[in-house]
Amino acid sequence: MSLDSQFDLWEVFIQSKSGQPYVHAGSIHACDNKMAMQNARDTYTRRGEGTSIWVMPSKYIVASNPDDNEMLFDPANDKVYRHPTFYVMPEGAKNI
Amino acid sequence: MTTQEAIYKYALRLGDNSLILGHRLSELCSRGPILEEDLALTNISLDMIGRTQALLKYAAEIEGKGKTEDDLAYRRPENNYYNNLITEQPNGDFAHTITRQLFISVFEYLFYSQLEKSKDETLSAIAKKTVKEIKYHMQHATDWTIRLGDGTEESHKRMQKAVNDLWMYTGELFEMDEVDTLLFREGISADLIPIKAQWQNDIKIILIEATLTLPEDSFMQTGSKQGIHTENLGHILAEMQYLQRAYPDAKW
Repeated sequence: MSLDSQFDLWEVFIQSKSGQPYVHAGSIHACDNKMAMQNARDTYTRRGEGTSIWVMPSKYIVASNPDDNEMLFDPANDKVYRHPTFYVMPEGAKNI
Repeated sequence: MTTQEAIYKYALRLGDNSLILGHRLSELCSRGPILEEDLALTNISLDMIGRTQALLKYAAEIEGKGKTEDDLAYRRPENNYYNNLITEQPNGDFAHTITRQLFISVFEYLFYSQLEKSKDETLSAIAKKTVKEIKYHMQHATDWTIRLGDGTEESHKRMQKAVNDLWMYTGELFEMDEVDTLLFREGISADLIPIKAQWQNDIKIILIEATLTLPEDSFMQTGSKQGIHTENLGHILAEMQYLQRAYPDAKW
């Protein structure tokens, strides 16, 4: 028996209400699409956290390699002009 | 029997069904085959206990003796319980848990869909809320039945055994006594005759897809509508009612 005998790993994304982005909630185990959806629902939405669910097999996630962090992320550190902080936010604009 | 008395008994029965099955499923808390399934089964249990609360509260109201839903749940003796025998059957292996859930959820889905049209407003409102929950219970049990029935040799064997073992408790779901017929005439209760035909048809389709064999109808257990139970109910109540019996009116 392998170390993890609880089926394949899936990632769960929950949308709290319509229009909002899907946010990573965590992961679950499941052996097929239907079970993945049900387990995601039972694990992450039982207290009214969401109105929509995405699940996807974790194996399809392409993750960055920590060894590449300097190359990927450091160049953004010293470029303050990339942040649009000089604009006045219009009144009534939400979720920005 | 007056209509009032019949509604009391009817609400009590429905409440007992969800209370006892809810308790059975709660026994699986921390004992599910995997973490996610543990949550799924206890979620279903909590749905059932919520439904029980509404039904027993209504029963207590109709009875008019100043009791609460807790009095009805924790202070009634075994022979005053009217849950269907199938709800009190042990969890057994996972195949038994799922098969029991399948038989009951398919029945409850058809039953509460009809009860939505009840002329009794409270029963109708409870039914409307409950149908949404049961639809999910049914989906969960159906998927597992197909997955395990059409799974490995071992899972297939266990599912077929569970179907065969529990089949004799399904006849009772469709029995109509004077409470049912009296309330049916008043447009309050569900008609179990068409539900029976539909249930048999739905179960047959699921079992075929799960490559399982539908048992032949033979001897069917009966008795719960008269308060006669299998030995399992006494054990459940002993655990469930212990605190209230040992320390009446205990608060915490």
